[in-house]
Formats: sequence, structure tokens, C-alpha cells
Amino acid sequence: FAAKTKLTSIIRYYSMPEQSQAIMIYTGWERHALVGGDVRLSCSFFSWRWTSEEVTFSWTYRPDGARDSISIFHYTGGVAYVDNKGPFRDRLEFVGNPGRRDGSILIKNLDYNDNVGRPSSVRLLVFEKVPIQAGVITGAIIGVVLGLLVLIVVIYYLMRFLVARRVFSLSVSKHGKKKKEGSQQRQGPVPAADPSKVKAAASEKKKQESRKDKK
Amino acid sequence: MLLILLGVLILHLIILTLLIVSTAASAWSVGGEISKDLWYSCMTTNGGYHCQTATTEDWIQAVQALMILSLLFCFFSLIAFVFQLFNLVKGGRFFFTAIFQILASVFVMCGAIIYTVMSPDNGSGTQFGYAYVLAWVAFPLCLISGLIYIILRKKE
Repeated sequence: FAAKTKLTSIIRYYSMPEQSQAIMIYTGWERHALVGGDVRLSCSFFSWRWTSEEVTFSWTYRPDGARDSISIFHYTGGVAYVDNKGPFRDRLEFVGNPGRRDGSILIKNLDYNDNVGRPSSVRLLVFEKVPIQAGVITGAIIGVVLGLLVLIVVIYYLMRFLVARRVFSLSVSKHGKKKKEGSQQRQGPVPAADPSKVKAAASEKKKQESRKDKK
Repeated sequence: MLLILLGVLILHLIILTLLIVSTAASAWSVGGEISKDLWYSCMTTNGGYHCQTATTEDWIQAVQALMILSLLFCFFSLIAFVFQLFNLVKGGRFFFTAIFQILASVFVMCGAIIYTVMSPDNGSGTQFGYAYVLAWVAFPLCLISGLIYIILRKKE
């Protein structure tokens, strides 16, 4: 005997605002199978973003005319939960690979009772959990930039301090060679220091030396 | 001279206000009843707000960080301006003020560009909100203000 089992699927795309982001899903519209045989309900989902194992999806079964839909399979947090109370108990097997975006299930040993004569709907809800917590990247970027700012300010004042020390040591050691000292001070050993302030210090030194010369 | 300084200061305060409003208001994307980003996604239903925190994706966090940094740098440049106004050598330039202001403008530009590129197109209903527009207005004003500080010299 051949029997037809019709399972139609509805694709739902959830839009914002929601924590989760839906992914496009593709499932077969109609499946035909023989009594006593197996049927594989294939479902693959597609997303531009890299999907991890932390996908949550479930297969629900709602016979036509019934109000409630039963969840016959649920996959969350890397673990597959197969329903063992509903009409497909002990006959459902998970044959998909979420890491490869495949969420297919296999229903074995089909019964005539699975045929409801009219199409029932299988709704597939797919959520993607984003593993990054709120504010982590924000805090990291702000911290790095402010840290760089503090570092640059510290280096700037350090360089100014070092330049001042070198100017002092130059004038003390080379007492006689004043012209060479003048040219060295004019060039300035560190380009990062404020040029106007270095020039001001150098010109002051030159003035002091010229005063000493006149004396 | 005093008029120029006053004008420059008022421009700086206007930029600071624009940055504050753009960063704090969660209205970078609006559409119908939904107003979202950078911090909350709010939906107006039957006279009430229903808000939840915005998506924690990496690009939104980057935009948050860049907007906050631009706000901080604009504030630092204001402090540097007041400081250098009283302590600068005659004929000196407002060097640090200009640097901080230009960095602030670069951060706003990066944040606005990242948001433009990465924000999802959720159909024809969503458009860019006023906070997004303010960010794009603040960027050239901030750049111009920074360039003015480079050109400006303290006279006697």
C-alpha cells in the first residue's frame, strides 16, 4: 500500500526588534512516503554570518483542525531533544548537522495514522544566538583608545623632560665650543617635542651665553 | 579678536551638543513604530513604549564606542581650548585643541560610515533617523572647527 504523507512548511522571517536574528530556511514542501518506510524531512538554513553550534531550532507538528502545535524535536545549546510523548515517539531521529547548517530529521516506520489526509504544517523557527555580550567590544575600543592617549601624553612629557636634561648636560660638558653648541641646540635632538618650546629654550640659552661672553 | 574667539567657542559648543544628542538618543533607524539603535530598540504600541536593548552585534558596539570616543575627544578639546587660551605663548597656535577636535571628527566619520554600511535593510519601512543625520552633520562641523583651531593664532 502506498500512502501519502503531506507535510507542508511555512517559512517565517522575523524582523526587528528582537534579540535574535532569523535566518533564511529552506525545507521541502511535500514529502511522499510508503507505509512502513522512512521519510527524511530535510531542512537547511542559510545565513551570511558564520553560524555556530549555538543555533536553536525546533520542528513542530500541527495536524489540520487542531489548535495546538506539538514540538516534536528541539535543538538548543548543542543538544538535540527528541520528543518521546507525541505521535512520533521512538520513531524520530536527528540526522542533521547544525555545524553544516543542516537541521534534518528522519521519521521511521511510517504509519497510516500519520496521514491526516489534509496537509499539516511544519513551522521551523530558527534563532541565532550571538555569543558576544553587550558592551564588551565597546569597552575594549574605548579603553584601548584612551590608553593610547594617556601613553602618548606620557611619552610627550617624558621626551620634553629628556630634552631639557640633554640641553643642560651639553652646556656643562662642552664649555668652550659655544658655536657648535648653538647649532646643535637649534636642530633639536627630538622631533616629537614641541618645536616652539625647544626653540624658546635654545634661544634663551644662546642669550645667556652671549651675556656671559660680553662679561 | 574677541568676536572670533566667541564665535569659535559657540561653534564648539554646538558641535558638542550635536554629538551628545546623536550619541544618547536611540534613533539611528526609525520605521513606522520602531525606533532603534544605538542603545535601545523601542516599539510604540497603543500609546506605550516597549523597549529592549539593541542587538549586541560587534558593529553596533563599534559604533557605540566610536561615538562615545568622539564625544570625549570633543570635550577634551574644549578643555584644552580654555586651558590654552590662558596659558599659550603670544603667537602660538591652539595645537592640542586642533588635534583633539580633528580626532573627534574622524571618530564620528568612522562611526557613521560603519553604521551606514552595516545597518540591515529591513524592508521599505525603515529609514535613517534624526540621530544618524545629526552625526553626519556633526562630522564636517567638527572638521572645520579643528581646521580653524589650526589656523587660529593667539594675538596680543
